[in-house]
Amino acid sequence: MVGKTIKKWWPIFVLPTFAAFLIGFLGPFLWGIYLSFCKFTTVQDVTFIGLSNYSKLLIDKTFSAAFWRTVAFAFLSSILINVFAFMIALVLTKGYKGTNAFRTVFFMPNLIGGIVLGYIWQTVLNGLLSVWGQPLLKLSARNGFIGMLILLMWQQIGYMMIIYVAGLNNVSPDLIEAAQIDGATSRQILFKIKIPMIMPSVTICTFLTLTNGFKMFDQNLSLTGGGPGKDSQLLALNIYDTFYARSGPMWKGIGQAKAVVFFILVVAIALIQLRATSSKEVQQ
Amino acid sequence: MEKTKKIRGAVATVILTIVSILWLYPIVLILFNSLKIESAISTTGVFDLPTSKTWNGIANYIASVTQMDFLKSFWYSLVISVTSVILILLCCSMCAWYIVRVNGLFSKAIYYLCVFSMVVPFQMVMFTLAKTADSLKLNTPYNICIIYLGFGAGLAVFMFTGFVKGIPLEIEEAALIDGCNPLQVYFQILIPILKPTIISTAILELMWVWNDYLLPTLVLDIKKYRTIPMAVQYFRGSFGHVQMGPMMACIMIDIIPIIVVYLVCQKYIIEGVVAGAVKG
Repeated sequence: MVGKTIKKWWPIFVLPTFAAFLIGFLGPFLWGIYLSFCKFTTVQDVTFIGLSNYSKLLIDKTFSAAFWRTVAFAFLSSILINVFAFMIALVLTKGYKGTNAFRTVFFMPNLIGGIVLGYIWQTVLNGLLSVWGQPLLKLSARNGFIGMLILLMWQQIGYMMIIYVAGLNNVSPDLIEAAQIDGATSRQILFKIKIPMIMPSVTICTFLTLTNGFKMFDQNLSLTGGGPGKDSQLLALNIYDTFYARSGPMWKGIGQAKAVVFFILVVAIALIQLRATSSKEVQQ
Repeated sequence: MEKTKKIRGAVATVILTIVSILWLYPIVLILFNSLKIESAISTTGVFDLPTSKTWNGIANYIASVTQMDFLKSFWYSLVISVTSVILILLCCSMCAWYIVRVNGLFSKAIYYLCVFSMVVPFQMVMFTLAKTADSLKLNTPYNICIIYLGFGAGLAVFMFTGFVKGIPLEIEEAALIDGCNPLQVYFQILIPILKPTIISTAILELMWVWNDYLLPTLVLDIKKYRTIPMAVQYFRGSFGHVQMGPMMACIMIDIIPIIVVYLVCQKYIIEGVVAGAVKG
C-alpha cells in the first residue's frame, strides 16, 4: 500500500535526485567513455578515432610510471594506515586515562582539506629536510613519495582508528572472558578472537584506504605538485596534467582514455579487495 | 597484578601523550610561523619560536584577509556547502524512501548506480562534468549545489536506504489510512525517525563539500569565485613570489573554524564516521 501510493508521487520523490544524478554523474560518465575513443580539444570538434588513444597510452612513459607509482603508493599507504590505526585503537580500548582526549587529537587532521594539508606538511618536511641537508620535496621524487605517505597517514589514521575502536567495542566481553578462563594468552585473544571478530571493520578500512590512496589528488598537487618534473605524479594528477597542462590536439583524448583505465583499475581493485576480506568475516 | 596494571596504564598514557603532542605539532608550527615577520620564516628558520624580534602580531592575518579577499571566499564556501548539503539530505532521503518502498527494476537500477558512482574516480568525469555544468549554466556558487547533488547522491542514498529498510512499514501505513498524503508522512514521520542518519550523512557530506578543491575549480570561474581551498591553491600555486607569513595565517584561518566546529560537535562527527562505515 505504501509503495503504491508513493509510486504515484515519483516526480517529487525520485525525480530531483535522478535528474541531478544524470547531470552530475551518469551523463558525464557515459560521455566520458565515448570521448575516450575520440580526438577533441573542445566539445565541438570531436572526431571518432577508435582505440588510437588507448594505444598511445602504452607509449606515454609518464602514464606507466604514474600507474605503478600509484599502485605502490595505494598498497603501502593502506597497509601502514591500517596497522597503525589498529594498534592505536587497541591501546585506546583498554580503558586507560585520557582515552577520549587522545581520540579527539588523532581524528582532527581528517577534517582539514587536502590542499591545506599539503601546504602544512610542505612547511614541516622541507624544514626537516633542509636541517638534515637533504634535497627538498620538489627536488627529489623519493622524498616526495615518502612525504605523501607521511601526510596521508597523518590524515587517515584517526578516521580508521575510530572505525576500529567501534569494532573492538562491539566484541562481546563474554567471549574474551571465556577465552581467559580457558587459559588463552593475550596474544591468542588478539589473533584468535579480536581480529577475526572485527573483520568487517578491516574490510571497510582497507576498502577506504585503498580507494583513497588510488584517488589521491589534492595532497599530491599541493605537497609536491608532481615534481621534480613529473616524477612524483600519481595517476589522478597525471590525468589532470594531461588534460589541462599539455598543449597539442591529441592530449585531451589521451587524458580521457587514461581516466577510463584509471576507473577500471579502481573498480577492479575495490571488487577484488571486498571479495578477499569479506570472505574472512565470521558470523557474529 | 593490580600494581603492574596501574604501571602499564601510566606508561601507556605517557606514550600516548607524547604521540599526541607530535600529532598536533604541524598545526602548532604553522600557528607560530603565522605570528612571525616575513624574514624569519625561511626554510630552516621555521622551527624557531617567535621571539620579540621576530614577533609580527596579527599583521599576517590582516594581510591575508585583505589580499586574498578571504571573507568572500569564506562566503562562497559557506553558501556552496550549506545549499549542497541541505539539497542532498532532502532529495536523497526522499529518493531512498522511494527505493525501499517501491519495489521494481527502476528502484534497483538507481540504487546500484548510486553505489557504483561512489567508487568512480572524479577524473573519469571531470572534463565532461565541467562542460555539462557550463552549458547548463550551473557554474555559480548559488546553483553548483545541483552538481553536488548529482555527484554526492551515491553516498547519501546508500546511507539512507540502509536505514529506511529498518523502519517498520506499519507506521507509514497507519498514517496513510488516517488520510495523510505521502509528503505529510515524509515530513512528519520519516524525518523525525531518520534524524540520527540525517546528522551523520550531513557531516560526511559537509566534510567533503567544504574541503573539495577540484570540482569547484573546474566548474566555477576562478577569476570571479574562489572557495577557500581554491584561494589557498591560487595564491600558493600560481604567484611567483609567495609571501609566507600571510600564507601561514591563511592556513590558520582555514583550520580554526574547522577545529572549533569539531570540538563542539565531536560526538556527532565521530558517530557519523562510524555510521558511514557500518552502513558501508
